[in-house]
Amino acid sequence: MSQLLLVGTYRPGQTVLHRLPVGPKVALLAVFSLVVVLVRSLPASGVCLALVLVTALVGRVPLGAVLRALRGLAVLLVVVSAVQWWVNGLARAAETTLDLVALAVAALVLTTTTPVNALLDALIRWLRPLRRLGVDPERVALAFSLAIAALPATLALALETRDAARARGLGRHPRAYLTPFVVRVVARAHDTGDALHARGLGD
Amino acid sequence: MTMTDPTAPVAAPRRRLTTTDLALVAAFAALIAACALVGGVPVGGAGVEITLQTFGILLAGCVLGPTRGFLAVLLYLGLGAIGLPVFSGREGGLGTFTGPTLGYLWSFPLVAGLAGLLVSRVAGRTRKSRAFWVFWCAVPGVVVNHLLGIVGMKYWYDVPWTVAWGYDAPFWAGDVLKAALVALVAAEVHRAFPQLLHRR
Amino acid sequence: MRIELDGASVVVPTPEGERVVLAPTTLALTEQRIGVVGANGSGKSTLARLLNGLVTPTSGRVLVDGLDVARAGGAVRRRVGFCFTDPSAQLVMPTCVEDVELSLRRSVRDARSRRSRALEVLAQHGLADHADTSVHALSGGQKQLLALAGVLATAPDVLVADEPTTLLDLANARRVGDLLLSLPQQLVLVTHDLDLARRCDRVLVVLDGAVAYDGAPDAAVDHYVAAVTGP
Repeated sequence: MSQLLLVGTYRPGQTVLHRLPVGPKVALLAVFSLVVVLVRSLPASGVCLALVLVTALVGRVPLGAVLRALRGLAVLLVVVSAVQWWVNGLARAAETTLDLVALAVAALVLTTTTPVNALLDALIRWLRPLRRLGVDPERVALAFSLAIAALPATLALALETRDAARARGLGRHPRAYLTPFVVRVVARAHDTGDALHARGLGD
Repeated sequence: MTMTDPTAPVAAPRRRLTTTDLALVAAFAALIAACALVGGVPVGGAGVEITLQTFGILLAGCVLGPTRGFLAVLLYLGLGAIGLPVFSGREGGLGTFTGPTLGYLWSFPLVAGLAGLLVSRVAGRTRKSRAFWVFWCAVPGVVVNHLLGIVGMKYWYDVPWTVAWGYDAPFWAGDVLKAALVALVAAEVHRAFPQLLHRR
Repeated sequence: MRIELDGASVVVPTPEGERVVLAPTTLALTEQRIGVVGANGSGKSTLARLLNGLVTPTSGRVLVDGLDVARAGGAVRRRVGFCFTDPSAQLVMPTCVEDVELSLRRSVRDARSRRSRALEVLAQHGLADHADTSVHALSGGQKQLLALAGVLATAPDVLVADEPTTLLDLANARRVGDLLLSLPQQLVLVTHDLDLARRCDRVLVVLDGAVAYDGAPDAAVDHYVAAVTGP
């Protein structure tokens, strides 16, 4: 689980999509998503989905990852297409369903072929123009790293506090484990703040 | 970053966020992620499940106040955007930002900021945060969250308002309950760390 | 390096009024290895934190190498490294090599040489195999070694360590303790480990917010034990 958290959905590879720089990839995804949402026609939606599936093949996105992403959408898909059918007719229902799948797979292609670090670096680069608004990209990068580093520990803390509450027979009272959990997160953040200060990051 | 001359007087320009603020922002981004990942009860409706995600969002605002709460949620969304599976349902990536639930997602920073602003106002005057008041500070956040969620679904699905409202309705009870839980926890955390409310 | 406390005191506000954490203290520390012992909550941690500006004195001054900690905090922190009790709170980056790189970001500007320097530092502390390991996956002893490596990477003149061995098992506590005492840097070591304290050159005993004894290690430790166990 913690390993999964750190790696995200990235799968290493050597395909064209893996080698494409992050900027163009994100720009393509943005344009594609806009087109999918704005163009209201069933054939267009079909073409978009076909296009994104071909891209997924080119990027060697594992079938399992696609299915997992779609499984997350399954309930949504069923309910939405049923209601759409009833409200807007069959064609619109089909279009919405295709759009939904296309968007999900397109986003998945990006994260499967791009390491988390590369996306983070790109994000920090794009924040540079905001410097004059008082945004310090270096601090943003540090905040991201801090949060990524804190993820597994925080998750462990959440589970540990829940177990401690259960051991005392308080498992059914969410407040009994949420409060100590949050208190420990805040206490640890204060320690981390001190450690960052001691390492000269506040100077 | 500039090197400060060791002989210069203290009057160096103060940074808006201290290292402790930065650590708190990062810790709460991770906390929201943990909340979104640990629990998860699917209910009927538009395929969203009751998770502690909104609990984490509201908590960040109520505990940290408007600025740090807003930033913590923004950072949480950023973690998801770069592909970490931190959204409810272990999802991640930019797909969530363009999906039908986008209204909820984009409202999160506003929700935390609003709740934080109200809590800091109320607590600022009385110098105390009581669970009862924190609850009423969190409620407008819940309302904003749902309204933007409904707007998002209405336009995404292109359905009448009543239908979008119907998708959203099953979640109100759960979220009001979560706001109550946030209020209880936030008040106790403030008792343990009174300095959280009195930044600067 | 000369560390001076000039009537430095720390007072914190509480709902009931004020609490004196450290009474006005005047000291000059010049020895190579200085031990600080005392009960939990006695103020020894505060004393340690004064030395690199994590805590600023309510009154009086703290000088490191002639620099006032309250005024030139940044310059002092480049000379004084600090090692905490709980390494998990101190390790802030996702992987080991990144955490050491964070320490080096000022001294080594170029990213590639920073990476190679960080790898060297890890190798020096027997952590070469863990460069890309998640910090969360290390054992307690490894975490504390990594935390030390991160601090020592910047080559500070003084190392202040606040109970660095308290959370470790016996073998790791020995290992970290031996490493600390063998450092070329000046060391201020806050500890509950009396054997470690006896191996210092000078020991301060802090009781109830004041330095109660200051002198040779064996005499100081005996004084502390007598004060705690009573007559």
